[in-house]
Amino acid sequence: MSRYLGEPLLPKLIYRGAEAEIYLQDWYGELAVRKDRIPKPYRVAELDSTIRRSRTLHETNLMHEARKIGIPVPVIQHLDPEDSSFIMEYVKGPTLKEELYVIPSQVRRRRCTELGRVVAKMHEGGLVHGDLTISNVLSDNGKLFLIDFGLGDFSNQLEDRGVDLLLLNRAMKSTHVKFHEEIFGAFLKGYSMVVGRKRKAEILNKVHEIERRGRYSERA
Amino acid sequence: MYCLGIESTAHTFGASVVTEEGKILSDVRDVYASKPGTGIHPREAADHHSEVAAKVISNALVEAEVSGGQLDGVAVALGPGLGPCLRVGATVARAIASCFRKPLVPVNHAIGHIEIGSLTTGALDPLVVLVSGGHTAILAFSGGKWRVFGETEDITLGNLYDMFAREINLPSPAGPQIEMLATKSANFVPLPYVVKGNDVSYSGLLTASVAKLRSGVSLADVCYSMQEVSCSMLTEAVERSLAYTRKKEVLLTGGVAANRVLQTKLAEMVVVHEAVPRVVPQPYTGDCGAQIAWTGMLALRAGETAEIADTRVRPRWRLEDVKIPWRTAAA
Repeated sequence: MSRYLGEPLLPKLIYRGAEAEIYLQDWYGELAVRKDRIPKPYRVAELDSTIRRSRTLHETNLMHEARKIGIPVPVIQHLDPEDSSFIMEYVKGPTLKEELYVIPSQVRRRRCTELGRVVAKMHEGGLVHGDLTISNVLSDNGKLFLIDFGLGDFSNQLEDRGVDLLLLNRAMKSTHVKFHEEIFGAFLKGYSMVVGRKRKAEILNKVHEIERRGRYSERA
Repeated sequence: MYCLGIESTAHTFGASVVTEEGKILSDVRDVYASKPGTGIHPREAADHHSEVAAKVISNALVEAEVSGGQLDGVAVALGPGLGPCLRVGATVARAIASCFRKPLVPVNHAIGHIEIGSLTTGALDPLVVLVSGGHTAILAFSGGKWRVFGETEDITLGNLYDMFAREINLPSPAGPQIEMLATKSANFVPLPYVVKGNDVSYSGLLTASVAKLRSGVSLADVCYSMQEVSCSMLTEAVERSLAYTRKKEVLLTGGVAANRVLQTKLAEMVVVHEAVPRVVPQPYTGDCGAQIAWTGMLALRAGETAEIADTRVRPRWRLEDVKIPWRTAAA
């Protein structure tokens, strides 16, 4: 399907996400993952191709920068902007969302504290993820990889960092209601280890401010 | 069992009687029309509601062939909405409940949109897309409450259309007129497309659309492009939530659910994810008494009644604060 990528060996669809299809395939003898941003019938063609192309370039650029500052992300091996497609290193799952259901409470906390450290380091390095959910974190035997930077950005704004935390908190709350406080608390512990208590308090204030800005929040 | 429902959160004063089985015996409404080029004036809307309240409610009872004494409860939307409007419905509901000595059932208007959508489409455990003048939110039921997966970070889809309508001197709600104007163009003008995670942001789109219009782009082109961008953005946000939750049904409800472009875009997306699109039928897209009566019936059966002293209006009542004891689906 791609002009540059050649005909991949046994490409296998492993995940159909909201905007992309993820294929497992061979890349010069190594197992690799290809991410294709697929055309959306619900967007007019002109809008659709602009969005897919710019997001693909943006995402790969961010992943490259993230890697430079020591954030664990899959290595990019090939980029094809014309087809809104790129190939990256294969990282074994499961997603943190899946893993959190099956691991004991102590390990659960350890994972989330580690995630807090990784996200804080990313923020300190001037990047925000933009779609930070526990589905976008892979846990390879406890080593956490961030994936899906499609909505990320270069930003040092407290606002953008706050949005990351807000989205993560909301994702945790919506699928892990029973131990949501525990895991978000552990996340904040890790986050605070990197940025310090004062910065953590600042960002939490920001998160509350963003929430309050939402419609119909009743002010206590 | 019979439950009377009273709706007065914004432009509509509505009353309806429903049965325990979910049969809607009557659904009467009278809608305040704003002057062209202006939005809803809260006091004027409240005045309108006061004038029509008695007639609407008595018509609802007569049409249902149910007397005040036969009612098992009086449900009223206490929020979210415009304070002066809410107070009219609340006052009338308290009066009827105390006169006939019936339990008063507070209902969250947004939950009403969800429940009337579920009742009329048969949706069991849907991902809900609630679009109206007051809401643009993507919701799933979990842990006894509706959880917000995504929503607008600023103005709602209904606001976007209504605020744009003011610029071109149309009365609100203006969704249908904008949809009609949009059909006259297929010329796409680039406008800001802002999706953040599962959230959307429409304020920049509003500013840019107005600017395009002032710079001389035709009204039809702007309406078409604004509708394309706004509906595509929401469809993308819903798609993200759907991929995340893996729900098997998507329920579109609320006033803007009547927009056919939005319906089409959502349906196209939803079937790809092997889910079933469901759209609240036309008579129940907009605000109505039936959504309050039916939600009130569900709450009444679950014992969720309130003393008159606890029925103060709640103009900013968020739907995820409402306990939903009558739903059991989903982990």
